[in-house]
Amino acid sequence: MPTRPDIEAVAEEVFTALADPSRRGILAALAATGPATSTDLATRLPITRQAIAKHLALLAEAGLVAAEPGERRRVRYRLRSAPMQVAQQFLAALARDWDRQLDALQHHLNAVVAAQPTRRTERNRS
Amino acid sequence: MGFPDRIERTVEIAHPPARVWAALTTAEGLGTWFGDAATIELRPGGAAQMTWTSGEKASMRIERVEEPTVFGFTWGINGLPDDDPRRTYVEFTLAPTGSGTRLTVIESGFAQLPEDSYRKAFDGNTDGWASELGELVEYLDANAA
Repeated sequence: MPTRPDIEAVAEEVFTALADPSRRGILAALAATGPATSTDLATRLPITRQAIAKHLALLAEAGLVAAEPGERRRVRYRLRSAPMQVAQQFLAALARDWDRQLDALQHHLNAVVAAQPTRRTERNRS
Repeated sequence: MGFPDRIERTVEIAHPPARVWAALTTAEGLGTWFGDAATIELRPGGAAQMTWTSGEKASMRIERVEEPTVFGFTWGINGLPDDDPRRTYVEFTLAPTGSGTRLTVIESGFAQLPEDSYRKAFDGNTDGWASELGELVEYLDANAA
């Protein structure tokens, strides 16, 4: 049983992988059309076979793709979503815009006060 | 350590706690400043939902209702599948300040990694294909029974 990976380390592997355009291309191709061999990927991407093999090895080591047996004993690579979902948690924290939400709350409360009967005309104007 | 587990904000609001409480805990309030429409069953264990005209929606489970000081709920993490067990906990705390309210919101749980999903995610490196076929067989068996 491997030790539990640090969630931060998992996210970092994902972001490191995505920072490279070739690896981004490989991951995008696997996401778009499913498992593929390195030969498939070499015909579809503007990357040499050697470079694809190198990137796939790195991605597999990071747990972002998994090798599995394919037809005619060729190894196929499949995208693994679990590390991506960990990275997504990180992005969700950054994307959670409480500043904007709390501004909206303040505006709402001010509007409710402005809507009191004596202020009705002002509210209609705003 | 850069993975934020917890987000915290405090704002001073020029309205009394009762009014802030209503904005946070009623369908009218939530459906105005947060969502475009909302429903809420205001009790621990109750369900709430906000929807947006864009088609997005957020489903919450109410956890704490202590009028007019504490309101807490859990909801899913943006971008993860609807059935993902990971949820963050949002808690609003209201404190009176003269004529207004000091409102604190804390959202926590972004950095969680439940044990079972961890196993599924990281132990399956070598047996991924076999286990998926196994799951298919189990599913077919269960549906035949």
